Amino acid sequence: MIDHRTALARARGQGAAKEGLRHWWAQRVTALLLIPFVVWFVIGLVVHTGADHAAVTDWLSEPVTYGLMLVLLGAVFWHAALGLQVVIDDYVDTEWRRLVLTLLAKLACLGLFVAGYISLTIIAFAG
Amino acid sequence: MQRSTELDRRMSTANRPLSPHLQIYKPQLTSTLSILHRFTGLGLMLGAAVLVAWLIAAAMGARAFDCAQTVAGSWYGRTLLFAWAFALFYHLANGIRHLFWDAGIGFELKTAYASGWTALIVALLLTLGTFSAGYWYLGAF
Repeated sequence: MIDHRTALARARGQGAAKEGLRHWWAQRVTALLLIPFVVWFVIGLVVHTGADHAAVTDWLSEPVTYGLMLVLLGAVFWHAALGLQVVIDDYVDTEWRRLVLTLLAKLACLGLFVAGYISLTIIAFAG
Repeated sequence: MQRSTELDRRMSTANRPLSPHLQIYKPQLTSTLSILHRFTGLGLMLGAAVLVAWLIAAAMGARAFDCAQTVAGSWYGRTLLFAWAFALFYHLANGIRHLFWDAGIGFELKTAYASGWTALIVALLLTLGTFSAGYWYLGAF
């Protein structure tokens, strides 16, 4: 196969985005992790259909639920941040717009994870 | 040097044939499912935000939680939950399809179509199953 890269690109061993393997790998690892977690979570939601506040917070306060929910939220918003970045990279051409949107997307994912973390902790320890 | 700039100008202005783009192609199952994966991913970001809002309501107390449950149980709440459930199951099923592709498995055209239909039908069945189970827990039947 003919290598069309410049000598510098070959020496760096990277493509136009400068990095990417770590991003690609993290997206797959979080995807694999989310398969069992999503199934567990949906079952947990379904069996609490129509349940009142006490029943739902009892469930969320169980140590196993608390731990699994934290991992679920972490994986969800990590996976979301990676996915949003790909969409932004694909459709936003102007560099400063791409930069601002990517930062906003990552900030939103971080903020939502922290809000979920605090809520779950309040439910488990102060509820 | 002079010749190459003249050539550049003519090449950029001449009415040269372009490669066909999205709007030229007839939509196919494979391309439709591909963009659906992206749309459902974006929709699920909103769904995840609503999930966090629901957790915040639960942390605030019984009154805020009852309010959240009333919104979720309304006709538009149920419609959105149905859409999010389908988005979640489709993104899950098609995501597994993508993981197989990452491993180099299932690239043949026949296989790609079969796995595409499978992802779509599995997502639909899981969505209907989840909602049936939810209504069963509500005592609807």
